[in-house]
Amino acid sequence: MTAATNQTTVVQPLRPWRPTFSQQFARFVTVVLVVAAAAVVVLVSPLAGLAGIALVAIPLQMAVSVARSSRHGSVAARNDVATSLIWSAFLVLLVPWMSIIFTVVRRGYQAISVNFFTDDMRITAPDADLASGGIAHAIVGTLIMVAIASIVSVPLGILSGIYITEIRGRFTKVVRFIVQAMSGVPSIVAGLFIYSTLVLYNKSYSGLAGALALAVLMVPTVARTSEEVLKLVPEDLRFAGYALGSSQASNVFRIVLPTVRSGLVTSGILGVARVAGETAPLLMTAQVFLATKGNPLDGPLGSLPVVIFSFFQNGADNAVTRAWGASMVLMILITFLFALARAVSADRRRSRR
Amino acid sequence: MFSESPLEGAEITASGVGSTMREVETGRDSRNLLPSGASGLETIGAHAWFGKHHAIEDVSLRFPKSSVTGLIGPSGCGKSTFLRLLNRMHEFIPGTAFAGQVLLDGRDIYAPEVNATEIRLKVGMVFQKPNPFPSMSIADNVLAGLRLARIKTADKYMLLEDCLVRAGLWKEVKDRLKASAGSLSGGQQQRLCIARALAVKPEVLLMDEPCSALDPGSTLRVEETIVQLSEAMTIIIVTHNMQQAARVSDYCAFFLSEGGPGRVVEAGLTSTIFTNPVDPRTADYVQGRFG
Repeated sequence: MTAATNQTTVVQPLRPWRPTFSQQFARFVTVVLVVAAAAVVVLVSPLAGLAGIALVAIPLQMAVSVARSSRHGSVAARNDVATSLIWSAFLVLLVPWMSIIFTVVRRGYQAISVNFFTDDMRITAPDADLASGGIAHAIVGTLIMVAIASIVSVPLGILSGIYITEIRGRFTKVVRFIVQAMSGVPSIVAGLFIYSTLVLYNKSYSGLAGALALAVLMVPTVARTSEEVLKLVPEDLRFAGYALGSSQASNVFRIVLPTVRSGLVTSGILGVARVAGETAPLLMTAQVFLATKGNPLDGPLGSLPVVIFSFFQNGADNAVTRAWGASMVLMILITFLFALARAVSADRRRSRR
Repeated sequence: MFSESPLEGAEITASGVGSTMREVETGRDSRNLLPSGASGLETIGAHAWFGKHHAIEDVSLRFPKSSVTGLIGPSGCGKSTFLRLLNRMHEFIPGTAFAGQVLLDGRDIYAPEVNATEIRLKVGMVFQKPNPFPSMSIADNVLAGLRLARIKTADKYMLLEDCLVRAGLWKEVKDRLKASAGSLSGGQQQRLCIARALAVKPEVLLMDEPCSALDPGSTLRVEETIVQLSEAMTIIIVTHNMQQAARVSDYCAFFLSEGGPGRVVEAGLTSTIFTNPVDPRTADYVQGRFG
């Protein structure tokens, strides 16, 4: 070795574990060639369509991967097979998902206008021109009912999760069994239950009845996911709390729950996702209402799923477009609620003193 | 005062029965070196079971105030179980049972009218694995005990600094008290757990192999901390490190199970246990010939 020169050499940070550009390019070209070859095979064979191409391309790509990586040994080859399989599974799942979003947007975008968000269907017929009428009543109704359902079922669900994982009382197994059984209840049964109790008793449909039907469906989802989340809290932390002279209540509320805050938010999100698109229970409890109103106790209340359902039932072109538009709004609304819940939970954690 | 008498009674001046009374039999009794009386922590004929498994049999030890006692012995001899009997953490494991007495300042902590959370406030614990609360900042971790047990403090910041200084962590974290406890290294986390245990001002501190996950530097600092703390509190430390037991403890108790339940073979001044033990098994163990 020669002595170090006076020049200071700046060492560049490198990432030698990453594939080089030419390697990545070669991989990309291989995939393109494989898909092209598969397309040719499909053209000259009885196979047809995208599914046919996938059917040929996936095994072909795997064969190519194995051939290319087998010179690095069988472990590398197996790794490549697994990688190809996972990528294929991802693409196969991506297609229907993208297709749903694409279809909803393609068929619904014409319905989207300012009045679609600000107006309701009180004086507009479902098949009337898209320039009038809207789904404000359904957006408000869905927000009210999902909010009430969340207020009722998120605490109940988390508390039953706490009972199962923290208190571990005599009825733990019974509670867990009931929660599991309840999560299998068809949504229409939840609707019937509220109909036969609250609706018949009050002799009136109401937004509250709809919200409670949704809550019946939401509780088991929240309870099961929060149970799973609470199970992840290491026993060490509970012991640490007790060793500091904590009561069980303090331990649960000040240590266990804060530790899994974001997981519990996720359990609430999954609960909302479970019920936001439910139609059948709302038909029997909140029914249909065409004007915008904010009082869940005052008779029937419109909601997005029911509005979508009745627009489709109408069958006229404009009504169907409205239905697709409302579907799009429902999807955006749920995405927005998820993002909001995530932001709120993340923000709280960061700003905690 | 150390005694392995299986007889009940706080003042163990009479000779005990059975093979556990070797100290007396040989006339080499360390008891006069220890202050007697009701203060401090004492177990009388303590037994513990996990289901049907008899884990500890008939352990009678006295831990005087302001002293460090090392519990030594091979794995599975019941040291940690015994430690957890002393602050009623044992009972959290389903299917466990206990017999005997544990006296804190003369009061039986297993008496029916005693509140276990109050005992745990007086008898703190540091665990083998660092377990800071991940949802809290460094400062909040130290003060967590106050909030959990709803203790009011006049000057939280003073207490915070005091505990962190005593745990030997202050210099390293004083500029990032609001940072998450998870950002600390393993050794720092363990010292944070010690600081957290100190904040509720326990009379007794139980340490279950507190240095087993630490590097030599952190271990040294924790050991210094233990020696400093022992001026004001009773410390009982489980350790597999003989040098550590020799360095930090005033007294030692040697546990052994020999197939059956764990028992105390010998207990006394650390210097005696290490240089001139009565029982050949103790000599073998401290000199590393088995275990």
